[in-house]
Formats: sequence, structure tokens, C-alpha cells
Amino acid sequence: MRVISGTVPRWVDVGLIPFINILLAFLASGLIILLIGEDPIEAVRILIWGAFGTEEGIGYTLYYTTNFIFTGLAVAVAFHAGLFNIGGEGQAYIGGLGVGLALLLFDNSLPFILILPISIAASALFGAAWAYIPAYLQAYRGSHIVITTIMFNFIASALMVYLLVNVLIQPGQMSPESREFAQSAWLPFMHEAFAWFGVEITRSPLNLSIFWALVCCVLIWGFIWRTRWGYEIRTVGFNETAAVYAGINPKKIVILAMCVSGGLAGFVGLNEVLGVHHRLLLNFQLGYGFAGIAVSLMGRNHPVGIIFASLLFGTLYQGGAELSFDMPKVTREMVEVVQGLVILFSGALALMIKPTVERIYFILASAAARRASAAEG
Amino acid sequence: MTAIELRGINKSFGPVHANKNVALAIDKGTIHGIIGENGAGKSTLMSILYGFYEADSGDILINGQATKIRGSHEAIAAGIGMVHQHFMLVDPFTVLENVMLGAEGGALLDKGIDTAREELERLEREYGLDVPVDALAGELPVGLQQRVEILKALYRGAEILILDEPTGVLTPQETDQLFRILKALKDQGVTVILITHKLQEIMAVTDGVSVMRGGEMVAHRTTSETSKEELAELMVGRKVLLKVDKYEAQVGETALKVEGLSVIDSDGVPRLDNVSLTVRRGEIVGIAGVSGNGQSELLEALSGIVAPSKGRIELNGTVITRESHLDAREFRDLGVAHVPEDRHRMGLVTAFTADESAILGYHRNKAYNGSILMDRKAIVEDCAGKMAAFDVRPPTPSLKSANFSGGNQQKIVLAREMARKPDVLLVGQPTRGVDIGAIEYIHKNLVSMRDAGAAVLMVSVELEEIMSLSDRILVMFEGRIVGEVAPKDADERLLGLMMANAAPDAQEAAPASGTAPASTGAEL
Repeated sequence: MRVISGTVPRWVDVGLIPFINILLAFLASGLIILLIGEDPIEAVRILIWGAFGTEEGIGYTLYYTTNFIFTGLAVAVAFHAGLFNIGGEGQAYIGGLGVGLALLLFDNSLPFILILPISIAASALFGAAWAYIPAYLQAYRGSHIVITTIMFNFIASALMVYLLVNVLIQPGQMSPESREFAQSAWLPFMHEAFAWFGVEITRSPLNLSIFWALVCCVLIWGFIWRTRWGYEIRTVGFNETAAVYAGINPKKIVILAMCVSGGLAGFVGLNEVLGVHHRLLLNFQLGYGFAGIAVSLMGRNHPVGIIFASLLFGTLYQGGAELSFDMPKVTREMVEVVQGLVILFSGALALMIKPTVERIYFILASAAARRASAAEG
Repeated sequence: MTAIELRGINKSFGPVHANKNVALAIDKGTIHGIIGENGAGKSTLMSILYGFYEADSGDILINGQATKIRGSHEAIAAGIGMVHQHFMLVDPFTVLENVMLGAEGGALLDKGIDTAREELERLEREYGLDVPVDALAGELPVGLQQRVEILKALYRGAEILILDEPTGVLTPQETDQLFRILKALKDQGVTVILITHKLQEIMAVTDGVSVMRGGEMVAHRTTSETSKEELAELMVGRKVLLKVDKYEAQVGETALKVEGLSVIDSDGVPRLDNVSLTVRRGEIVGIAGVSGNGQSELLEALSGIVAPSKGRIELNGTVITRESHLDAREFRDLGVAHVPEDRHRMGLVTAFTADESAILGYHRNKAYNGSILMDRKAIVEDCAGKMAAFDVRPPTPSLKSANFSGGNQQKIVLAREMARKPDVLLVGQPTRGVDIGAIEYIHKNLVSMRDAGAAVLMVSVELEEIMSLSDRILVMFEGRIVGEVAPKDADERLLGLMMANAAPDAQEAAPASGTAPASTGAEL
């Protein structure tokens, strides 16, 4: 029996279509750069060189990538349960608060070997708690999660300002920042870790939390596709009626998925607070939560895809900064336009070219089939 | 004279050749049936005729003239009308407004309304199509809604009327009325094309019949010169047993006992009204009824999907009431298995692979789980075993559930639910949208479940299925059980009257349920 299937092979869906989307975004960006009188080819060269041309550049690229992996995974987990978590921003912020509070409490009294798990747990717990409230409101009160998570971003922002201005600020100081943590409690930078093995690399904010990000990718892959909880999350996401039929409580799944999602977003705080700034400060999370939506969409909600998409966004962040430095006409805002175009084409318009690509694929496939049968006959 | 002729129609969707060199000629003023299994290409052919698709090659001749149909407006212009399986009515519009829709005749409506009213009156007179013109379409019973669809087509000047599975939602009486209307249309010179998978309807109403299989037109017959058996064989391509072979039921103890069960929905409407019934081991109890009369809610209450508002369910000695708060998984633990009415909406997750769908509801079983990770190997092997046992084709556990045919999807669901040898098996519409070859197989399995000692409760809108499989038949109407008949005393007419709650003697046969003071709202 022949299976009638109207779907294109996987490589078209997860490889070709995202690639064409990025190409379109770069084409549009190139046109804009041409319009303002710069050379787009040169711009691409500077961008790539800025992101990968120096050890420092690579370090920055991967440091950004780490944040995007965390927020991308966060959006993906919620998405598998059919939820749109727009609150990565706030969850990351509050996750950082968790790390900061833990460090302010323990940095002088506990050894690093204990500080590290406590920090991981604190960032996850705080991020999850911040996601739990919208999740509860969605599951048991029917408030739409898109609305509540957006609002919780603002609440998180206001809360952090209040805490840093009034409570956690280092006495006798003007800027709203906490005191610096004891150096023994810092998460080592990558250049420090390399130095342990006698390898010298340039300083950059890249720290060991990138390894935790990669571990999270593996863990989340296993969680979603290899555990019964992941199975239940996906069932609810695909078909809630079937989930109820199977004895799954969708309300509990909404809460579970959102808490895991919030916890993942909270790890941004690990990278930023414990890994880079070593103090609690304002707006360290800015932009990563929202970019996570595009990362997840582009990565097709799969950890492997998310790693690649995060790397692309890390490249754009770092290379873009270099670009605005080297090409005076390409301002910081222009770089944001380019990033926006990538988000637009691979996020919002991700499916725009799908029907066309599929049609072309089927035309080619049936032509090939006809040729094959002609060759046989 | 030939009203419509198709010559060498070909249509491919990518690698799928949905119509292969199809030829068909239908005489003017006849009723012509087109039958075939799901995926045989009937719908594609009719979509080509109605302009939804364009054929890759081939000719369409209307009244002897080659005609290109590139959209439904061109089909309408060529005198072709279509009544879809799912009605395309605007519920809050009146019948008149629905009929005018898309043919308003100008920017201001009043002139159009007058013409439409006149024209509708003429159509009603000529064809005996009685419809309350000013009633809201959404408030009409389905039989009348269908008539509005027919009127819509005729109003647009249809001389060739295509009906796609028109009887799926009708009672036997409504079906009879529909057939009377079709015959009246035929007498007035309208050509009717009837697409169906019900052989008895073909025999009852058509003049000629064409059989499709695997995208090809395999046979044309004059209805009076063929038989159900021959048609079934042509459809499937092999001999088919239309009767179910079974022995007398060996009835054991009561496994499922329901007393005064009511389900009231969130709008306060009683969906299930004081239902009492028992199902014993070793018997199949069939529930007949027009769909939407509480059968779905009954299955959902008995499987833990909705909580009962009142009453009690006794399962293998465990009493369940509103206060028990048991979910579907806990019902499964008590020995209930449930093949839901709508496998796409409920029975499986179409985006899952077959092996994932094959554990739905049992995914927490120890057999499929380690302490943290699921045991993929066990799950895939288990699925392969079920596929072999139930002859699921193709037997590929990694294939997406959506990519199986309806019959094979149903077999996956049945295999999953039967595998645990449940004490109580709830089955909703076991063969809806299932090919005739698979129907035979599914029926055989249900009977063997019964013979193995399961208590089987089956809901179906197919009266033939109810009558041939059941050991006892209960009839539901507006959330109540309005009567019980033994299969040997049942025929379509009696069941049809009971389903419309119009059989006086059936009322008496009903259990005392309907008289309880609690039942309100259902009496309209």
C-alpha cells in the first residue's frame, strides 16, 4: 500500500527553508546598506570578521550565543505545550535576581563548589516562580498567557528598579547596583579556564555557563522527546482533547511547561550576574527574552536548531557592533534594523515562502519520477 | 442525452496520482451514484468538476459541449451545483438570505430579496422542497439545512447537482425525504450525482452507478442489474463479507452499571438526562441514535473525560459519582478502554508517530517507562506487535499518525484499547470513515472481544452496524434512553421512529428513567 503524504522531506523544512529566509533577510539588509551608500559585501566581511576574526570577537559571539540558547530553549519548551511564553525577558531578569540574592547571602561564607549549584537552583527557581504566576492564571483563571507574561516583564522591571534603588544598592554609591560579589564566588571566565591548562586566549565575557547551556540543550531534548512528562507536554500542545482523553490534566501541564520554561530563561541570570558582571545591576537581560522567540522559531523548537539559531544571533550581535564601529554610516540603529530583518524573515515570516518552496519541490520531484519511469519503460 | 461527460481525466498531487484516466458519462435526468473507498479519488474528481482543482489533462463535456471549469463560479455558470458534506450556511442568516448569498443582484438588497422570494416559491412548488423561508438557518434541523443547500444550488440555476455523502447526518426518515426530493428533481430533468459509501443508498435511489478504486474508474453498472455484493467486491477488489458472523452471546456478570446518570454542560443544558443501563460481560450493547443526542457525552462520562453531574457509575464493583473526581487514567485503571467517536480529535495525536499514538493514555505504564526516560525500544516493539496483530498497513511505527488511512488509524486505536483485555470496552462509531475491507475486520475483532468476556458498549449512527453487531439495542433521544429492542425485532423503520422519539410502543419499553422528576429541559 502506498502512503499518501503531502509533506516535503525534513531537510527542506529544517534546512532549506530557514536558509532561504536568512538569505532573504540579508538581501533586504544589503539593499538598505546600498541605499545609504555603503558597500554591502564589505559590510558582510566586517560583520563576519567582527564575530569570528579575533579571539575576543569569538568570545563575545559565544557569550551572546549562551543567552540566546537559554531564552530560545525557554520559548521552545512552552511552545511544545502550545503556549507562547513572551515573558522570557522578565523571567531572565528575576532569575538574575535569584542568583544575586544567593550570592549576596553566601559569597563570603560558602565555597564555590556549593555556590555553583545554589546559583543554578536559585536562577531556575526564581525564573520558574515568575513564570508560575501567569501559568496559574492561564490554567485556572483563563487569563491569556501572552498578555500576562508581557505584563510580568514590566512588573519584573519595576521590581528590579525598586530593589536596586532602595534595598540592594551598595551604600554610599550613586549607581543602582549591588556590591560586587567576593571574587572566590565568580563563575570562571573562559580565558581563566584556558589558563588553567596553560593556554592563553584574549579576555572576553565568555564564561563557563556556555557549557551549562549546551548541557541544557541535551537535557531539554531528553525531557521533551524521551520522558513521559515531555510526552504529555507535546500531547497537550498538539491536541488538548486527546490529552484529556488520555487522562492528562492540561492545567498541570501548562504549569509544568511554564515553570521549566521560566527556569531556562532564568539561566540568563547565571551567565550575566555570576559569569560577567559579578553584581546585581539593571537591564542585564535586555532584549534576550524577546530574541529567544525568534531563535526558537528559527530553530524549529528543537535544541539543535536553537544552537544554530543562537549562534547566528550571537554573530549578528557581535559582528553588528563591530560593523557600526567600522562603518560610520551604519549606525547602531542600522544594525538593529538588520537584526530586525532576520527576526522578521525567519520568525514572523518563517512560513511565507513554504508553499512556494513546496510547490517547486513537488514539481521537481514529479519530474524526476517521470524521468525515472521513462528510463525504466 | 448526456448531461455530463468526462474523458481521460488525470490529476496528480506531487507523486500521488489521484485520478487516472477517468471516464464517466451520465445521462440527463438520472440519478448517478459514485462509490469507492476513502482515497479512491471520488472527492478529487468532484472537486475537478466543481472547479476547486483543474485537471492535468482530460476533457469535461457539459451537454455535449467541451467546457473549461477553472473555479466554482465557472462551475455554477455551467449549471453545476454542489451540496457539501459539511453545510456551508451562515447560521444567523435566514434561509432567504442564505439562498441569496453571492447572488444578491445589486448593491441594495430589497430588489434581490423580492426576486429571491418569488424564485424560492417557484422552486418549492416545482420540487416539493418545503422550507420556512424566514427562519434562521442555524435553528433548522439538519435535514432542512440540507434542503437549503439544495435550494441554493437550484437558485443559481443548477441542472447538475452533486451531493457529497448527503446522508451522514440524517435520520432514516430524513434520508427517505431526501431521496423523494432527489427523485422529484430527476423528474424535472435535473441530473443528480450522489457520492456515498453506503451501498444500500445506491441500490435504493440511483439509476446508474460508477465504482472508483485507487484513482481509477473500475466499473460502470446499471443499478437494476447489479447487487450490493458485486459493488462491494468492485470497491475493495476482493470478496467482502457484509454480514457479521457471530454466535449467541454467552452473557456473564454485570461489568458496567449506570444509574440515573446526568451530564449538564457549562450552559446548563442537560446533555445526558437520567440515563440508566447495564452492560454484562460477553455482550455487545448497541446505542442507536441520531448523532448529537447524548451518545458522545455518555461515552465521555463513562470513560472519565467529563464528570457526571448526577447519578452513579458502577465499574467492576467500584462506585463512581460526581464526588469521585476520577480522570480518564483512573478509569483505565478500573478496566475501561475507550475507542472514541472521533479519532482525529481525540483518539490519536495526528502529529505523533504511530508508536507514540499507540501508547496514548497508557504512556505512564511501567512497560513503557524507565525511572526517568521512556523505554523507546519497548514502545516501538509494542507498536510493531500491535500493527502485526491488527494488520495495520503500512506496518511502520515511525510513520506519522496522520499519514495512515482512516481505517488503519482506527485499527491503531482499536489495537491500543483492546491490547489490555479491558473488562469494559466503550466504542464510538467504530467504522466511521473506514474502508469496507477494514470494517469487516473491525467488526470481527469487536465480536471476538465480546467472546473473550468483555462488556462492550457501542455507539453508532450506522443502523446496519448496530443491528448486525449488537446483542441488545438501546435508543437515545435528547440525552435519554427512550427504548430497548432486541436485534431480531429491530428494523430500520422501527429504530428510525424510536430515534425520532416517535414510536408509541417504544416509549413503554423505556426504563423508568424518563419519568424521574429531575429530568427537565429535554422535553421540548
